[in-house]
Amino acid sequence: MNSWMKKLLQVLPEKQILTDLADRYSYSFDASFGEYLPEAVVQVKNNHEVAAVLRVANVYKVPVYPRGSGTCLSGGPLPVKGGIVMDMSQWPEKIEMQPEDLIVKVSPSARTSEINKAAEAYGLMYAPDPSSAHVATIGGNLAENSGGPRGLKYGVTKDYVIGLEVVTPEGKIIKTGGQTIKNVTGYDLTKLMVGCEGTLGVITEATLKLISKPPATQTILVSFSEVRTAGKAISKTLTSGILPAKMEFLDQACIRAVENFQPAGLPIEAEAVIIIELDGHPESLKVEKELIKGIMKQIGAVDIIIPKTVEEAAGIWHARKQVSPAIAKIKPTKVSEDATVPRSRIPDMLDRLNEIKRKYNVEVVVFGHAGDGNLHPNILCDKRDQEEMLRVERAVAELFQAAIDLGGTLSGEHGIGTMKAPFMESELGAAGVDMMKRIKNSWDPNHILNTGKIFSEQGQRLVLRHD
Amino acid sequence: MTNLKEIQEKVNYDKLFDCVQCGYCLPACPTYETMERETHSPRGRINLVKMVAEGKAEVEDLRNPIEKCLGCMACMTVCPTNVEYNLIFEGAKEVIEDHDVKPAALKKTEDFIFNSLFPSSNWMGSIGNAAWIYQKSGLQKAAQTTHLTALALHAGRFERVMPDLPSPIERILRKRRVLPDYKLRTTVAFFTGCVMDAMFFKTNQNTVELLRLSGAEVLMPKGQTCCGALHSHAGKAESARELAMRNIEAFDLEDVDYIVNNAGGCGAKMTEYPQLFEENTTWHERAKEFAAKVRDISEVLVELDGLTFTQPVQRLVTYQPSCHLTNIRRICDEPRMLLHAVPGILVKELERPDFCCGSAGIYNLVNYDESMKILDLKMMDVKERKTNTIITTNPGCLLQMKLGIERHGLEGEIEAVHLVDLLMEAGPSAK
Repeated sequence: MNSWMKKLLQVLPEKQILTDLADRYSYSFDASFGEYLPEAVVQVKNNHEVAAVLRVANVYKVPVYPRGSGTCLSGGPLPVKGGIVMDMSQWPEKIEMQPEDLIVKVSPSARTSEINKAAEAYGLMYAPDPSSAHVATIGGNLAENSGGPRGLKYGVTKDYVIGLEVVTPEGKIIKTGGQTIKNVTGYDLTKLMVGCEGTLGVITEATLKLISKPPATQTILVSFSEVRTAGKAISKTLTSGILPAKMEFLDQACIRAVENFQPAGLPIEAEAVIIIELDGHPESLKVEKELIKGIMKQIGAVDIIIPKTVEEAAGIWHARKQVSPAIAKIKPTKVSEDATVPRSRIPDMLDRLNEIKRKYNVEVVVFGHAGDGNLHPNILCDKRDQEEMLRVERAVAELFQAAIDLGGTLSGEHGIGTMKAPFMESELGAAGVDMMKRIKNSWDPNHILNTGKIFSEQGQRLVLRHD
Repeated sequence: MTNLKEIQEKVNYDKLFDCVQCGYCLPACPTYETMERETHSPRGRINLVKMVAEGKAEVEDLRNPIEKCLGCMACMTVCPTNVEYNLIFEGAKEVIEDHDVKPAALKKTEDFIFNSLFPSSNWMGSIGNAAWIYQKSGLQKAAQTTHLTALALHAGRFERVMPDLPSPIERILRKRRVLPDYKLRTTVAFFTGCVMDAMFFKTNQNTVELLRLSGAEVLMPKGQTCCGALHSHAGKAESARELAMRNIEAFDLEDVDYIVNNAGGCGAKMTEYPQLFEENTTWHERAKEFAAKVRDISEVLVELDGLTFTQPVQRLVTYQPSCHLTNIRRICDEPRMLLHAVPGILVKELERPDFCCGSAGIYNLVNYDESMKILDLKMMDVKERKTNTIITTNPGCLLQMKLGIERHGLEGEIEAVHLVDLLMEAGPSAK
């Protein structure tokens, strides 16, 4: 047994340290690419355990990889340099509502949908709604600054965090922010932690902001004969004085995949559809619904469907949820990207994606939260086909470049992780990345926390091929 | 070095790639909840199967995670990419069986169960030849004499909840063909099941009566045998295949519209018969035709819609669905529709009806402690409903719920009842 392992045994109960091969392989992956075998998995259950493990790791310079439920799409929890996976998912769940203050205090292991459920009991809402909310932990959501369809109107995870408890890589327990809405005391370390992808600290408690839950929703399904028109319809709607909660885009390939998979009555002749959800008071929804109808007609939509019942509306959203599994039937491997552009450039981005698809002869389908410019171009391929994967790698690289050229970003909500690390400089410039590295160095001088993420190594490039 | 190609074939290697490791199965998995690690989650298990099939881990590494899987298949229902975990799981079980890595105690227990309790070779035909049940009071003793400490320790608990058995005369006098009183609407064959017929003979008789009242001619072909689910789930594919062939032989499909059963687990296995045979073989084709006619009693009763219930039943009821009825057959509504048709009854749904009860075939015998952890979670849910009856649709679940009632000291307060018996209590008559 190596010496750091012996030390771990002194600071953690033995049953919380997993070293069997089967256990280690079970924490070697997430929902993205690649498999990396850690030397140990520790299951921490309170902030002192986290601090103790980090202190050992910091002394012995062993990399530590914090992990929630492992639903990450960008490789956040992957133990790319071996070392220790720190499993936070078995931490006893705490969701402490303070409804009068419109805040909730949660443990890192609390599942995001459970937080929202607890809030709803008081007529409140925790707004960020990543599609994995029923599985993912809030700790993971905070580390990755997760988004979701409601991001259009309500913003993303970072907009709802007002205070954190964090353990630093050197094993110190600190507090950031507090429990008030307004707070300008010192640097905003809270915002620095959220979205740091677990590279600066381990979040052990969060204080989250809640808002009141809108009393009603209205779904509208609009179909278009041209993709560009659909793109224009998004900007047009958003500049007309209406702010829908969600505006989701599906291209024809997605529509047809869903209809082949589990027919839901989507218009298969349409080149694209936009699914809108308005929320608010029932009376104002009536007015906004008519306004949207007018806008869509004027811009040249082929068809506007307004569901009459709650069930019909649920059917439309169910179809939207079926996109992911449906497109997986086209080809087994899904390279799911989330490059994001300013909303007015969506039509241009869609054109660029089309070019990329032709140029590299790859299968690309596009859907996503178009209302906030956050498209999800998915390249469908087969990871057992090396030649195809090489073309996919090139297509992905060009896709990132396209987003940057159009004034957008590499990642809207999935995170940088390992795959997008080589492209950081083209978006931020050398000096920009360098400032980030300086922050990393001062927080984590021994580079033990989630090392190998965000920043690329010399000569690192995107690799989707594995032997 | 083990033969990887053979392992890959057995575990359906290509199907492993359907799993995108999204983790959506985690909240649905009972053992992930009770055992608290990815190793005992569906995607963890699938990944391990892959590691073994790629030679990165040994079969021995796979044994415990697969052995501790209930096989409830709740993961399949929530899986967004439709991973066929049932095939992967049974393949992995077979690989483990082939590689002889099971610990001696487990092997002994399994041998006892399969050779003495469910004697695959002698479990022939004649319905009611349930010799082991007549020795039910001897289960514990038998286990002791064969030095099965684990089984012997717990056998007593199972014996205490076993129902009273009918005399052999009742079995002998059973009719092999019954006709409806009025209009003949359909002809069905009844699959009796081995555990159902041995331990819940009365429920089987009630099933036939409900079918008859609904206007069905009911045939009970001789020569039918155990469905093979338990064998299949234990990696004994060859025995399962043998039993499947006997059943396929026993039923003359041209004579009947459906093959009806009242055990969710058996029904699921019988619809999976085609998977036991290589494609493009005669047996595969025959299995497909057989499987297409398999129906749960609840489906048939709802379809025939031939019953009215005349007797109000003053019960507060909660429903524990059979996992395989839900997750393999995907039958959720029919049993509930029947429950709601009973006058006087009040139905309260469990908070998590789709969470396994921990019975899982012989899981509660070979993994007693793990099974009890899961059962305790189920009983907490049951207690919170404050009902006096738990309805089930499978013999394993029925026994387990009886065990749970005893374990939590609720005898006299809560009763576990098969759906069919509840319906009989409600004074069914032909419409």
